[in-house]
Amino acid sequence: MGSVADIGGARGWGMLRPPACTEPVFGSAWEGRVFALALLGMGRIAGRNLDAFRYALGRLGHTAYFDDGYYGRWLHAVELMLTESGIIAPGAVEARARVMRGEQVTEPPAPEPAKPDYAPTGPGSLREVPERPRFGPGDAVRVRPVPAGPTKLPRYVSGHGGVVEAVRPGHLLPDTHAIFAGENPQHVYTVRFDATELWGAGSEPFVVTVDLFDRYLEPA
Amino acid sequence: MIPAALRAAALEQILTERGLVDPAVMDTFIATYETTVGPRNGATVVARAWTDPQYRARLLADGTAAIGELGFSGSQGEHIVVVENTATRHNVIVCTLCSCYPWPVLGLPPSWYKDPAYRARVVREPRAVLREMGLDLPADVEIVVRDSTSEVRWLVLPERPAGTEHLTEEQLVPLITRDALVGVARVVAR
Repeated sequence: MGSVADIGGARGWGMLRPPACTEPVFGSAWEGRVFALALLGMGRIAGRNLDAFRYALGRLGHTAYFDDGYYGRWLHAVELMLTESGIIAPGAVEARARVMRGEQVTEPPAPEPAKPDYAPTGPGSLREVPERPRFGPGDAVRVRPVPAGPTKLPRYVSGHGGVVEAVRPGHLLPDTHAIFAGENPQHVYTVRFDATELWGAGSEPFVVTVDLFDRYLEPA
Repeated sequence: MIPAALRAAALEQILTERGLVDPAVMDTFIATYETTVGPRNGATVVARAWTDPQYRARLLADGTAAIGELGFSGSQGEHIVVVENTATRHNVIVCTLCSCYPWPVLGLPPSWYKDPAYRARVVREPRAVLREMGLDLPADVEIVVRDSTSEVRWLVLPERPAGTEHLTEEQLVPLITRDALVGVARVVAR
């Protein structure tokens, strides 16, 4: 089992259509409320940990992830984060929603907070990495298996060989940062993959680049 | 089953009662991305690059700094890499794992960018996806798909179309569409 969010290369998603020239930023008013609630709500846990938010998204069920679209999954993910950190009780949102539509429901009391013991060492996601990068432009690399737990290693490149195009600034490692278990800053590399390497000899010719953390790579 | 709108209202009410969010602050977040931060920022960057060769060189060398020169920075823009589309090379941006997008220059992502069909398919059959979206690229154009899987954010510098040589920077801005800045369209002269 992997993240519900890891869909790169998946089959069965149907056609695209020419984009609309204009569409509102938020299709419905509730989507704007969720956008702001998610950004502010996740900041009440321990820093504004986007990796934890993305990990929460990836742990949603298929229905919660897909059925109400992008801001629907944001809503479920921030609710999951707030519940796991003891800021709201399990079932609290559902109970309140039912009260708001006139049902007689007993709401659970606010729980004991269970916030992670973590504070970011600086703003944002970029950090200095003391070690020199292991790889440089032109180096051949291979992508390691997708680890258990949080990660930003997409499975469609796992096991495949590519070539480093560029070295990017150091980043927090999502695999540990997402569970408030340390920043572990890493070099990040833009790695080029030939389509035939990823999808087989019958693929149309093109190139994909993926931005991969040092830990995800080994020399090829 | 609780509809999303009601579920959102319930969460907002709980967090507001507890003093954890301020609805007025939420309003400012929403208004900022509805009115201030949007693809016109990216179009401004590209129009400058098309008319100022030195700016163009700085933009391609250090996107974050050059974009910052025009006053655009902030969330989801910590490290922006700008890639140039030409007659022979076409970059197109995606985030297969979520919908990461360079907010300071493009605002929040449009619906097609968040569509699972786009996220799943553009790394597997980009030519077909672009054709469905209205961009039929010649067979000899190399396609480079950029999957935004870290905090690096990508912005396309589209090719300046023929027939726009007489236009000023300000006149170029409205021609430069969001879709061209992500790489699912080209800029066309009107």
